[in-house]
Amino acid sequence: MADHLLTLKGVTKIFNKGTQDEKRALDDFSLEVAGGDFITIIGSNGAGKTTLLNVIAGTIEADEGQVMVDGQDVTRWPDFQMAQFISRVFQSPTMGTAGDMTIEENLCMAELRGKKRGLRWGVTRDRRARYREVLQVLDLGLEDRLKQAVGLLSGGQRQSLTLLMTTLAMPKVLLLDEHTAALDPRTATKVMDLTDAMVRKNNLTTLMVTHNMTQALKYGNRMVMLHQGKVQLDIQGEEKTKLTVAEIVAQFGQTLKDETLLSG
Amino acid sequence: MLHIIPISLEQGLAYALVALGIALTFRVLSFPDLTVDGSFPLGGAVAARLIFDGFDPVTATVIAMAAGFVAGCLTGIFATKFKINSLLAGILMMTILYSVNLRIMGRANIPLLNRSTLFTPMETLDMSRDIPVIIFFFIVAAVCKIVIDIFLHTEYGLGLRATGDNEQMIRSLGVNTDKATIFGLGLSNTMVALAGALIAQDQGFSDVGMGIGMIVAGLASIIIGEALIKPTTVVRLTLAAAVGSVVYRFIIALGMRLGLAPTDLKMATGLMVVIALAVPAIRGKREKKLKLRGV
Repeated sequence: MADHLLTLKGVTKIFNKGTQDEKRALDDFSLEVAGGDFITIIGSNGAGKTTLLNVIAGTIEADEGQVMVDGQDVTRWPDFQMAQFISRVFQSPTMGTAGDMTIEENLCMAELRGKKRGLRWGVTRDRRARYREVLQVLDLGLEDRLKQAVGLLSGGQRQSLTLLMTTLAMPKVLLLDEHTAALDPRTATKVMDLTDAMVRKNNLTTLMVTHNMTQALKYGNRMVMLHQGKVQLDIQGEEKTKLTVAEIVAQFGQTLKDETLLSG
Repeated sequence: MLHIIPISLEQGLAYALVALGIALTFRVLSFPDLTVDGSFPLGGAVAARLIFDGFDPVTATVIAMAAGFVAGCLTGIFATKFKINSLLAGILMMTILYSVNLRIMGRANIPLLNRSTLFTPMETLDMSRDIPVIIFFFIVAAVCKIVIDIFLHTEYGLGLRATGDNEQMIRSLGVNTDKATIFGLGLSNTMVALAGALIAQDQGFSDVGMGIGMIVAGLASIIIGEALIKPTTVVRLTLAAAVGSVVYRFIIALGMRLGLAPTDLKMATGLMVVIALAVPAIRGKREKKLKLRGV
Protein backbone atom coordinates (compact mmCIF):
# COMPACT_ATOMS: atom_id res chain seq x y z
CA MET A 1 0.00 0.00 0.00
CA ALA A 2 1.00 3.56 -0.57
CA ASP A 3 2.60 5.44 2.28
CA HIS A 4 1.28 8.69 0.94
CA LEU A 5 -2.24 9.96 0.70
CA LEU A 6 -1.62 11.91 -2.47
CA THR A 7 1.16 11.33 -4.95
CA LEU A 8 2.01 13.13 -8.17
CA LYS A 9 4.64 11.42 -10.29
CA GLY A 10 6.27 13.09 -13.28
CA VAL A 11 3.22 15.19 -14.09
CA THR A 12 3.56 17.39 -17.16
CA LYS A 13 0.95 19.77 -18.47
CA ILE A 14 1.57 21.87 -21.55
CA PHE A 15 -0.93 24.47 -22.71
CA ASN A 16 -1.23 25.55 -26.36
CA LYS A 17 1.12 22.79 -27.40
CA GLY A 18 2.85 23.38 -30.73
CA THR A 19 1.92 27.05 -30.91
CA GLN A 20 3.90 30.18 -30.18
CA ASP A 21 2.08 30.50 -26.88
CA GLU A 22 3.20 27.07 -25.72
CA LYS A 23 3.39 27.08 -21.94
CA ARG A 24 4.80 24.31 -19.80
CA ALA A 25 2.68 24.84 -16.69
CA LEU A 26 3.87 21.69 -14.96
CA ASP A 27 7.15 20.11 -15.99
CA ASP A 28 7.87 16.56 -14.80
CA PHE A 29 6.39 17.56 -11.49
CA SER A 30 6.46 15.18 -8.53
CA LEU A 31 5.12 15.64 -5.02
CA GLU A 32 4.27 13.27 -2.20
CA VAL A 33 1.74 14.40 0.35
CA ALA A 34 1.39 12.56 3.65
CA GLY A 35 -1.94 12.29 5.44
CA GLY A 36 -2.43 15.30 7.71
CA ASP A 37 0.05 17.51 5.83
CA PHE A 38 -0.91 21.17 5.60
CA ILE A 39 1.16 22.40 2.69
CA THR A 40 1.33 26.02 1.64
CA ILE A 41 2.25 26.56 -2.00
CA ILE A 42 3.92 29.72 -3.24
CA GLY A 43 5.47 30.81 -6.49
CA SER A 44 5.37 33.68 -8.92
CA ASN A 45 2.64 34.17 -11.49
CA GLY A 46 2.66 31.37 -14.01
CA ALA A 47 4.71 29.04 -11.82
CA GLY A 48 2.01 26.38 -12.14
CA LYS A 49 0.24 26.68 -8.78
CA THR A 50 -3.31 26.76 -10.06
CA THR A 51 -2.57 24.18 -12.76
CA LEU A 52 -1.32 21.91 -9.99
CA LEU A 53 -4.61 22.21 -8.10
CA ASN A 54 -6.58 21.75 -11.32
CA VAL A 55 -4.71 18.55 -12.15
CA ILE A 56 -5.27 17.18 -8.65
CA ALA A 57 -8.97 18.10 -8.76
CA GLY A 58 -9.43 16.53 -12.20
CA THR A 59 -10.52 19.83 -13.75
CA ILE A 60 -7.73 19.43 -16.28
CA GLU A 61 -6.02 16.22 -17.26
CA ALA A 62 -2.25 15.82 -17.11
CA ASP A 63 -0.49 15.24 -20.44
CA GLU A 64 1.97 12.88 -18.81
CA GLY A 65 2.55 11.42 -15.39
CA GLN A 66 0.40 9.92 -12.71
CA VAL A 67 -1.84 11.16 -9.90
CA MET A 68 -2.60 8.73 -7.09
CA VAL A 69 -4.91 9.03 -4.11
CA ASP A 70 -4.52 6.35 -1.43
CA GLY A 71 -2.61 4.21 -3.88
CA GLN A 72 -5.37 4.40 -6.49
CA ASP A 73 -4.53 5.79 -9.92
CA VAL A 74 -6.89 8.72 -10.52
CA THR A 75 -4.97 10.42 -13.33
CA ARG A 76 -7.84 10.18 -15.84
CA TRP A 77 -10.68 10.83 -13.42
CA PRO A 78 -12.86 13.84 -14.28
CA ASP A 79 -13.55 16.51 -11.66
CA PHE A 80 -17.02 15.28 -10.70
CA GLN A 81 -15.55 11.86 -9.92
CA MET A 82 -12.64 13.28 -7.95
CA ALA A 83 -15.24 15.05 -5.83
CA GLN A 84 -15.47 11.97 -3.61
CA PHE A 85 -11.90 12.65 -2.40
CA ILE A 86 -11.45 16.35 -2.84
CA SER A 87 -12.98 19.56 -1.55
CA ARG A 88 -12.00 22.82 -3.07
CA VAL A 89 -12.31 26.51 -2.29
CA PHE A 90 -11.73 28.85 -5.21
CA GLN A 91 -10.31 32.35 -5.21
CA SER A 92 -13.53 34.10 -6.12
CA PRO A 93 -16.25 33.85 -3.47
CA THR A 94 -18.85 33.51 -6.24
CA MET A 95 -17.24 30.36 -7.59
CA GLY A 96 -17.75 28.09 -4.61
CA THR A 97 -21.48 28.56 -4.14
CA ALA A 98 -24.62 28.71 -6.27
CA GLY A 99 -25.81 32.30 -5.89
CA ASP A 100 -29.45 31.85 -6.87
CA MET A 101 -29.90 28.97 -4.45
CA THR A 102 -30.45 29.26 -0.72
CA ILE A 103 -27.87 28.80 2.01
CA GLU A 104 -29.43 25.54 3.13
CA GLU A 105 -29.58 24.22 -0.43
CA ASN A 106 -25.90 25.00 -0.93
CA LEU A 107 -25.07 23.22 2.31
CA CYS A 108 -27.12 20.22 1.23
CA MET A 109 -25.31 19.98 -2.10
CA ALA A 110 -21.99 20.14 -0.26
CA GLU A 111 -23.06 17.45 2.18
CA LEU A 112 -23.78 15.20 -0.81
CA ARG A 113 -20.35 15.81 -2.35
CA GLY A 114 -19.22 12.66 -4.11
CA LYS A 115 -22.30 10.74 -2.97
CA LYS A 116 -25.16 9.35 -4.98
CA ARG A 117 -27.96 11.84 -5.43
CA GLY A 118 -31.39 10.28 -5.52
CA LEU A 119 -34.95 11.46 -5.66
CA ARG A 120 -35.10 11.87 -1.90
CA TRP A 121 -36.07 15.29 -0.57
CA GLY A 122 -32.99 17.50 -0.41
CA VAL A 123 -33.16 19.81 2.60
CA THR A 124 -34.96 17.66 5.16
CA ARG A 125 -35.94 18.84 8.61
CA ASP A 126 -33.05 16.91 10.16
CA ARG A 127 -30.56 18.42 7.78
CA ARG A 128 -31.87 21.92 8.36
CA ALA A 129 -31.50 21.52 12.12
CA ARG A 130 -27.93 20.34 11.66
CA TYR A 131 -27.07 23.18 9.27
CA ARG A 132 -28.38 25.68 11.78
CA GLU A 133 -26.04 24.17 14.33
CA VAL A 134 -22.90 24.05 12.16
CA LEU A 135 -23.46 27.59 10.88
CA GLN A 136 -23.18 28.92 14.42
CA VAL A 137 -19.45 28.17 14.25
CA LEU A 138 -19.07 31.00 11.74
CA ASP A 139 -20.68 33.51 14.10
CA LEU A 140 -22.11 35.44 11.14
CA GLY A 141 -25.78 34.97 11.95
CA LEU A 142 -26.23 32.81 8.85
CA GLU A 143 -28.10 30.23 10.93
CA ASP A 144 -31.09 32.58 10.85
CA ARG A 145 -30.88 33.14 7.10
CA LEU A 146 -31.06 29.53 5.86
CA LYS A 147 -33.70 30.27 3.25
CA GLN A 148 -31.96 33.30 1.78
CA ALA A 149 -30.18 33.16 -1.56
CA VAL A 150 -26.41 32.94 -1.19
CA GLY A 151 -26.09 35.76 -3.73
CA LEU A 152 -27.27 38.16 -1.03
CA LEU A 153 -24.23 37.47 1.16
CA SER A 154 -21.02 39.53 1.20
CA GLY A 155 -17.84 38.10 -0.27
CA GLY A 156 -16.44 37.26 3.16
CA GLN A 157 -19.65 35.60 4.28
CA ARG A 158 -19.81 33.64 1.07
CA GLN A 159 -16.21 32.46 1.35
CA SER A 160 -16.73 31.47 4.99
CA LEU A 161 -19.79 29.48 3.93
CA THR A 162 -17.80 27.79 1.15
CA LEU A 163 -15.15 26.87 3.68
CA LEU A 164 -17.72 25.37 5.99
CA MET A 165 -19.23 23.46 3.07
CA THR A 166 -15.94 21.67 2.41
CA THR A 167 -16.13 19.75 5.66
CA LEU A 168 -19.81 18.77 5.68
CA ALA A 169 -18.59 15.65 3.96
CA MET A 170 -14.99 15.09 5.06
CA PRO A 171 -12.60 15.20 2.09
CA LYS A 172 -9.37 13.26 1.87
CA VAL A 173 -7.69 16.36 0.49
CA LEU A 174 -8.67 20.01 0.83
CA LEU A 175 -7.54 22.38 -1.93
CA LEU A 176 -7.47 26.11 -1.24
CA ASP A 177 -6.74 28.30 -4.25
CA GLU A 178 -5.81 31.77 -2.95
CA HIS A 179 -9.13 31.70 -1.19
CA THR A 180 -8.52 34.88 0.79
CA ALA A 181 -7.00 36.92 -2.04
CA ALA A 182 -10.28 38.51 -3.14
CA LEU A 183 -11.25 39.62 0.37
CA ASP A 184 -10.42 42.82 2.22
CA PRO A 185 -7.51 42.40 4.70
CA ARG A 186 -9.65 42.13 7.82
CA THR A 187 -12.05 39.62 6.34
CA ALA A 188 -9.11 37.74 4.85
CA THR A 189 -7.56 37.34 8.29
CA LYS A 190 -10.85 36.09 9.72
CA VAL A 191 -11.35 33.57 6.93
CA MET A 192 -7.73 32.42 7.28
CA ASP A 193 -8.11 31.91 11.03
CA LEU A 194 -11.26 29.94 10.39
CA THR A 195 -9.41 27.86 7.80
CA ASP A 196 -6.58 27.09 10.19
CA ALA A 197 -8.98 26.13 12.99
CA MET A 198 -10.95 23.83 10.67
CA VAL A 199 -7.88 22.16 9.24
CA ARG A 200 -6.45 21.52 12.71
CA LYS A 201 -9.70 20.33 14.22
CA ASN A 202 -10.32 17.79 11.48
CA ASN A 203 -6.64 17.01 10.82
CA LEU A 204 -7.31 17.73 7.14
CA THR A 205 -4.72 17.06 4.47
CA THR A 206 -4.53 20.47 2.85
CA LEU A 207 -2.84 22.18 -0.08
CA MET A 208 -3.12 25.95 0.08
CA VAL A 209 -1.97 28.17 -2.76
CA THR A 210 -1.19 31.71 -1.66
CA HIS A 211 0.46 34.86 -2.91
CA ASN A 212 1.07 36.02 0.61
CA MET A 213 4.51 34.97 1.83
CA THR A 214 3.74 35.70 5.47
CA GLN A 215 0.65 33.53 5.27
CA ALA A 216 2.65 30.75 3.63
CA LEU A 217 5.13 30.74 6.50
CA LYS A 218 2.67 31.22 9.32
CA TYR A 219 0.30 28.39 8.44
CA GLY A 220 0.84 24.71 7.76
CA ASN A 221 3.64 22.28 8.49
CA ARG A 222 5.22 22.31 5.06
CA MET A 223 5.88 24.85 2.33
CA VAL A 224 6.49 24.18 -1.35
CA MET A 225 7.75 26.82 -3.75
CA LEU A 226 7.08 26.31 -7.43
CA HIS A 227 9.10 27.74 -10.25
CA GLN A 228 8.47 27.13 -13.93
CA GLY A 229 6.39 24.06 -13.27
CA LYS A 230 8.87 22.41 -10.89
CA VAL A 231 9.42 22.27 -7.15
CA GLN A 232 12.09 24.80 -6.25
CA LEU A 233 11.93 24.54 -2.50
CA ASP A 234 10.25 22.02 -0.23
CA ILE A 235 10.69 22.53 3.49
CA GLN A 236 8.83 21.35 6.53
CA GLY A 237 8.78 21.14 10.30
CA GLU A 238 11.31 23.14 12.25
CA GLU A 239 13.12 24.28 9.15
CA LYS A 240 9.94 25.95 7.97
CA THR A 241 9.16 27.47 11.36
CA LYS A 242 12.55 29.16 11.43
CA LEU A 243 12.38 30.54 7.92
CA THR A 244 11.55 34.23 7.53
CA VAL A 245 10.16 36.23 4.64
CA ALA A 246 13.44 38.16 4.46
CA GLU A 247 15.39 34.94 3.99
CA ILE A 248 13.12 33.74 1.21
CA VAL A 249 13.38 37.04 -0.57
CA ALA A 250 17.16 37.07 -0.14
CA GLN A 251 17.49 33.56 -1.51
CA PHE A 252 14.79 33.45 -4.15
CA GLY A 253 13.88 37.06 -4.69
CA GLN A 254 15.83 37.03 -7.91
CA THR A 255 13.90 34.19 -9.54
CA LEU A 256 10.60 35.35 -8.11
CA LYS A 257 11.21 38.86 -9.34
CA ASP A 258 12.58 37.85 -12.70
CA GLU A 259 9.61 35.66 -13.28
CA THR A 260 7.23 38.36 -12.22
CA LEU A 261 8.95 40.84 -14.52
CA LEU A 262 8.81 38.41 -17.39
CA SER A 263 5.18 37.51 -16.90
CA GLY A 264 4.26 41.14 -16.24
CA MET B 1 -66.09 40.18 -25.05
CA LEU B 2 -66.64 37.65 -22.30
CA HIS B 3 -66.45 34.72 -24.63
CA ILE B 4 -62.69 35.14 -25.00
CA ILE B 5 -62.26 34.12 -21.37
CA PRO B 6 -62.96 30.37 -21.69
CA ILE B 7 -60.91 30.01 -24.86
CA SER B 8 -58.00 31.98 -23.39
CA LEU B 9 -58.16 29.95 -20.22
CA GLU B 10 -58.23 26.67 -22.11
CA GLN B 11 -55.34 27.60 -24.38
CA GLY B 12 -53.37 29.29 -21.62
CA LEU B 13 -53.55 26.22 -19.40
CA ALA B 14 -52.74 23.87 -22.29
CA TYR B 15 -49.74 25.92 -23.37
CA ALA B 16 -48.68 26.35 -19.74
CA LEU B 17 -46.95 22.97 -20.15
CA VAL B 18 -44.79 24.49 -22.89
CA ALA B 19 -44.01 27.51 -20.70
CA LEU B 20 -43.05 25.19 -17.83
CA GLY B 21 -40.76 23.24 -20.14
CA ILE B 22 -39.12 26.41 -21.40
CA ALA B 23 -38.73 27.75 -17.85
CA LEU B 24 -36.95 24.52 -16.93
CA THR B 25 -34.38 24.89 -19.73
CA PHE B 26 -33.94 28.66 -20.11
CA ARG B 27 -34.32 29.60 -16.48
CA VAL B 28 -33.27 26.63 -14.39
CA LEU B 29 -30.64 25.01 -16.61
CA SER B 30 -29.54 28.29 -18.29
CA PHE B 31 -29.77 26.36 -21.54
CA PRO B 32 -31.59 28.18 -24.37
CA ASP B 33 -33.25 25.10 -25.81
CA LEU B 34 -34.87 25.65 -29.18
CA THR B 35 -35.90 21.99 -29.60
CA VAL B 36 -39.37 23.04 -28.47
CA ASP B 37 -40.51 24.18 -31.93
CA GLY B 38 -39.89 20.60 -33.07
CA SER B 39 -40.81 18.58 -30.00
CA PHE B 40 -44.23 20.21 -29.69
CA PRO B 41 -45.41 19.02 -33.12
CA LEU B 42 -43.54 15.76 -32.45
CA GLY B 43 -45.88 15.12 -29.54
CA GLY B 44 -48.84 15.96 -31.75
CA ALA B 45 -47.58 13.82 -34.62
CA VAL B 46 -46.91 10.73 -32.52
CA ALA B 47 -50.21 10.94 -30.65
CA ALA B 48 -52.25 11.66 -33.80
CA ARG B 49 -50.62 8.92 -35.81
CA LEU B 50 -51.13 6.31 -33.09
CA ILE B 51 -54.72 7.34 -32.40
CA PHE B 52 -55.41 7.41 -36.14
CA ASP B 53 -54.03 3.87 -36.36
CA GLY B 54 -56.34 2.71 -33.60
CA PHE B 55 -54.25 2.94 -30.41
CA ASP B 56 -56.03 4.06 -27.28
CA PRO B 57 -55.43 7.74 -26.53
CA VAL B 58 -53.70 7.19 -23.16
CA THR B 59 -51.06 4.91 -24.69
CA ALA B 60 -50.66 7.30 -27.62
CA THR B 61 -50.12 10.23 -25.27
CA VAL B 62 -47.57 8.38 -23.15
CA ILE B 63 -45.60 7.33 -26.23
CA ALA B 64 -45.69 10.94 -27.46
CA MET B 65 -44.17 12.04 -24.16
CA ALA B 66 -41.43 9.42 -24.48
CA ALA B 67 -40.67 10.71 -27.99
CA GLY B 68 -40.31 14.24 -26.58
CA PHE B 69 -37.97 12.94 -23.89
CA VAL B 70 -35.74 11.29 -26.48
CA ALA B 71 -35.69 14.43 -28.64
CA GLY B 72 -34.67 16.59 -25.67
CA CYS B 73 -31.96 14.13 -24.61
CA LEU B 74 -30.55 14.15 -28.15
CA THR B 75 -30.27 17.94 -28.11
CA GLY B 76 -28.51 17.59 -24.76
CA ILE B 77 -26.10 15.03 -26.22
CA PHE B 78 -25.38 17.30 -29.20
CA ALA B 79 -24.55 20.14 -26.85
CA THR B 80 -22.61 18.32 -24.13
CA LYS B 81 -20.97 15.32 -25.77
CA PHE B 82 -20.45 16.77 -29.26
CA LYS B 83 -19.76 20.28 -27.88
CA ILE B 84 -22.15 21.90 -30.34
CA ASN B 85 -23.23 25.39 -29.34
CA SER B 86 -26.45 25.04 -27.36
CA LEU B 87 -28.52 27.30 -29.62
CA LEU B 88 -27.30 25.47 -32.71
CA ALA B 89 -27.94 22.07 -31.08
CA GLY B 90 -31.58 23.05 -30.60
CA ILE B 91 -31.91 24.43 -34.12
CA LEU B 92 -30.42 21.23 -35.55
CA MET B 93 -32.82 19.07 -33.57
CA MET B 94 -35.77 21.27 -34.51
CA THR B 95 -34.87 20.96 -38.19
CA ILE B 96 -34.33 17.22 -37.98
CA LEU B 97 -37.67 16.83 -36.21
CA TYR B 98 -39.49 18.60 -39.04
CA SER B 99 -38.65 15.67 -41.34
CA VAL B 100 -39.21 13.15 -38.58
CA ASN B 101 -42.67 14.56 -37.88
CA LEU B 102 -43.60 14.36 -41.57
CA ARG B 103 -42.39 10.76 -41.64
CA ILE B 104 -44.36 9.87 -38.53
CA MET B 105 -47.57 11.39 -39.90
CA GLY B 106 -46.94 10.36 -43.50
CA ARG B 107 -48.41 13.69 -44.56
CA ALA B 108 -48.60 17.25 -43.31
CA ASN B 109 -51.85 16.91 -41.41
CA ILE B 110 -53.77 14.13 -39.64
CA PRO B 111 -57.42 14.76 -38.74
CA LEU B 112 -58.78 12.99 -35.69
CA LEU B 113 -62.46 13.31 -36.48
CA ASN B 114 -64.47 10.29 -35.40
CA ARG B 115 -61.52 8.91 -33.45
CA SER B 116 -61.62 8.36 -29.74
CA THR B 117 -59.32 10.86 -27.99
CA LEU B 118 -58.74 11.81 -24.35
CA PHE B 119 -61.42 14.44 -24.85
CA THR B 120 -64.13 12.16 -26.23
CA PRO B 121 -65.55 11.31 -22.78
CA MET B 122 -65.92 15.04 -22.05
CA GLU B 123 -68.00 15.57 -25.15
CA THR B 124 -70.61 13.06 -24.01
CA LEU B 125 -71.23 14.99 -20.78
CA ASP B 126 -74.45 16.91 -20.55
CA MET B 127 -72.85 20.35 -20.56
CA SER B 128 -70.73 22.70 -22.61
CA ARG B 129 -67.46 21.05 -23.60
CA ASP B 130 -65.50 24.08 -22.37
CA ILE B 131 -65.83 23.47 -18.66
CA PRO B 132 -64.55 19.89 -18.39
CA VAL B 133 -61.76 20.65 -20.89
CA ILE B 134 -60.62 23.67 -18.87
CA ILE B 135 -60.73 21.62 -15.67
CA PHE B 136 -58.76 18.85 -17.38
CA PHE B 137 -56.02 21.22 -18.58
CA PHE B 138 -55.94 22.91 -15.20
CA ILE B 139 -55.33 19.58 -13.48
CA VAL B 140 -52.63 18.55 -15.97
CA ALA B 141 -50.82 21.90 -15.67
CA ALA B 142 -51.08 21.86 -11.86
CA VAL B 143 -49.77 18.30 -11.62
CA CYS B 144 -46.83 19.12 -13.93
CA LYS B 145 -46.02 22.27 -11.96
CA ILE B 146 -46.09 20.45 -8.64
CA VAL B 147 -44.06 17.51 -9.93
CA ILE B 148 -41.36 19.90 -11.21
CA ASP B 149 -41.40 21.83 -7.92
CA ILE B 150 -40.89 18.63 -5.97
CA PHE B 151 -38.28 17.27 -8.36
CA LEU B 152 -36.22 20.47 -8.18
CA HIS B 153 -36.09 20.14 -4.39
CA THR B 154 -34.81 16.56 -4.39
CA GLU B 155 -31.13 15.78 -4.01
CA TYR B 156 -30.87 15.21 -7.76
CA GLY B 157 -32.95 18.28 -8.52
CA LEU B 158 -30.67 20.53 -6.47
CA GLY B 159 -27.76 19.30 -8.59
CA LEU B 160 -29.73 20.07 -11.73
CA ARG B 161 -30.44 23.62 -10.59
CA ALA B 162 -26.81 24.16 -9.62
CA THR B 163 -25.81 22.96 -13.10
CA GLY B 164 -27.59 26.03 -14.45
CA ASP B 165 -26.39 28.30 -11.67
CA ASN B 166 -22.72 27.45 -11.15
CA GLU B 167 -21.54 24.54 -13.23
CA GLN B 168 -17.95 24.48 -12.01
CA MET B 169 -19.04 24.47 -8.39
CA ILE B 170 -21.46 21.59 -8.73
CA ARG B 171 -18.97 19.54 -10.75
CA SER B 172 -16.48 19.96 -7.92
CA LEU B 173 -19.22 18.61 -5.66
CA GLY B 174 -19.60 15.49 -7.77
CA VAL B 175 -22.42 16.10 -10.25
CA ASN B 176 -21.89 14.98 -13.83
CA THR B 177 -23.27 18.16 -15.34
CA ASP B 178 -23.44 16.69 -18.86
CA LYS B 179 -25.83 14.03 -17.64
CA ALA B 180 -27.85 16.55 -15.66
CA THR B 181 -28.19 18.79 -18.72
CA ILE B 182 -29.24 15.89 -20.95
CA PHE B 183 -31.82 14.70 -18.44
CA GLY B 184 -33.14 18.21 -17.83
CA LEU B 185 -33.63 18.79 -21.56
CA GLY B 186 -35.35 15.41 -21.83
CA LEU B 187 -37.72 16.30 -19.01
CA SER B 188 -38.49 19.71 -20.48
CA ASN B 189 -39.30 18.29 -23.90
CA THR B 190 -41.41 15.53 -22.35
CA MET B 191 -43.74 18.24 -21.09
CA VAL B 192 -43.65 20.09 -24.38
CA ALA B 193 -44.51 16.90 -26.30
CA LEU B 194 -47.31 16.19 -23.82
CA ALA B 195 -48.69 19.64 -24.62
CA GLY B 196 -48.46 18.86 -28.35
CA ALA B 197 -50.24 15.52 -27.89
CA LEU B 198 -53.03 17.02 -25.79
CA ILE B 199 -53.55 20.06 -27.99
CA ALA B 200 -53.68 17.93 -31.15
CA GLN B 201 -56.39 15.81 -29.55
CA ASP B 202 -58.25 18.84 -28.24
CA GLN B 203 -58.31 20.62 -31.61
CA GLY B 204 -59.00 17.39 -33.49
CA PHE B 205 -55.95 17.35 -35.76
CA SER B 206 -52.19 17.38 -35.82
CA ASP B 207 -50.31 19.62 -38.19
CA VAL B 208 -46.60 19.63 -39.01
CA GLY B 209 -46.51 23.43 -38.70
CA MET B 210 -48.13 23.66 -35.29
CA GLY B 211 -44.84 24.22 -33.47
CA ILE B 212 -43.68 27.32 -35.30
CA GLY B 213 -43.11 30.19 -32.88
CA MET B 214 -43.69 28.01 -29.83
CA ILE B 215 -40.48 29.10 -28.09
CA VAL B 216 -41.15 32.79 -28.60
CA ALA B 217 -44.70 32.41 -27.31
CA GLY B 218 -43.36 30.48 -24.31
CA LEU B 219 -40.75 33.14 -23.60
CA ALA B 220 -43.38 35.86 -23.84
CA SER B 221 -45.50 33.91 -21.35
CA ILE B 222 -42.59 33.59 -18.92
CA ILE B 223 -41.70 37.28 -19.22
CA ILE B 224 -45.30 38.29 -18.53
CA GLY B 225 -45.57 35.83 -15.67
CA GLU B 226 -42.35 37.02 -14.06
CA ALA B 227 -43.49 40.62 -14.28
CA LEU B 228 -46.55 39.60 -12.24
CA ILE B 229 -44.91 37.10 -9.90
CA LYS B 230 -41.29 37.72 -8.99
CA PRO B 231 -39.54 34.38 -9.47
CA THR B 232 -37.51 34.34 -6.27
CA THR B 233 -38.07 30.62 -5.68
CA VAL B 234 -38.69 27.57 -7.85
CA VAL B 235 -42.31 27.44 -6.74
CA ARG B 236 -42.83 31.04 -7.82
CA LEU B 237 -40.95 30.53 -11.08
CA THR B 238 -43.18 27.67 -12.21
CA LEU B 239 -46.26 29.55 -11.03
CA ALA B 240 -45.11 32.58 -13.04
CA ALA B 241 -44.71 30.42 -16.16
CA ALA B 242 -48.20 28.94 -15.83
CA VAL B 243 -49.93 32.21 -14.95
CA GLY B 244 -47.96 34.03 -17.65
CA SER B 245 -49.19 31.53 -20.23
CA VAL B 246 -52.83 32.21 -19.38
CA VAL B 247 -52.32 35.98 -19.35
CA TYR B 248 -50.43 35.82 -22.66
CA ARG B 249 -53.25 33.90 -24.38
CA PHE B 250 -55.71 36.38 -22.94
CA ILE B 251 -53.73 39.34 -24.29
CA ILE B 252 -53.52 37.67 -27.70
CA ALA B 253 -57.25 36.97 -27.77
CA LEU B 254 -57.92 40.54 -26.75
CA GLY B 255 -55.59 41.82 -29.44
CA MET B 256 -57.33 39.79 -32.11
CA ARG B 257 -60.66 41.02 -30.84
CA LEU B 258 -59.36 44.57 -31.26
CA GLY B 259 -58.34 43.88 -34.83
CA LEU B 260 -54.91 42.19 -34.69
CA ALA B 261 -54.68 39.98 -37.77
CA PRO B 262 -53.92 36.33 -36.94
CA THR B 263 -51.08 36.49 -39.47
CA ASP B 264 -49.42 39.26 -37.43
CA LEU B 265 -49.57 37.25 -34.23
CA LYS B 266 -46.02 35.94 -34.28
CA MET B 267 -44.63 39.35 -35.12
CA ALA B 268 -46.54 40.87 -32.23
CA THR B 269 -45.30 38.17 -29.87
CA GLY B 270 -41.72 38.49 -31.09
CA LEU B 271 -41.77 42.25 -30.64
CA MET B 272 -43.20 41.77 -27.16
CA VAL B 273 -40.16 39.67 -26.22
CA VAL B 274 -37.74 42.09 -27.88
CA ILE B 275 -39.20 45.04 -25.99
CA ALA B 276 -39.19 43.18 -22.69
CA LEU B 277 -35.51 42.37 -23.15
CA ALA B 278 -34.60 45.77 -24.56
CA VAL B 279 -36.11 48.03 -21.93
CA PRO B 280 -33.77 47.08 -19.06
CA ALA B 281 -30.80 47.03 -21.46
CA ILE B 282 -31.56 50.52 -22.72
CA ARG B 283 -32.04 51.72 -19.18
CA GLY B 284 -28.52 50.46 -18.58
CA LYS B 285 -29.39 47.87 -16.00
CA ARG B 286 -30.34 44.41 -17.04
CA GLU B 287 -32.76 43.50 -14.34
CA LYS B 288 -32.40 39.94 -13.35
CA LYS B 289 -36.05 39.07 -13.55
CA LEU B 290 -36.09 39.85 -17.24
CA LYS B 291 -32.71 38.45 -17.99
CA LEU B 292 -33.04 35.28 -19.97
CA ARG B 293 -30.13 33.25 -18.73
CA GLY B 294 -28.46 31.48 -21.59
CA VAL B 295 -29.53 34.09 -24.12
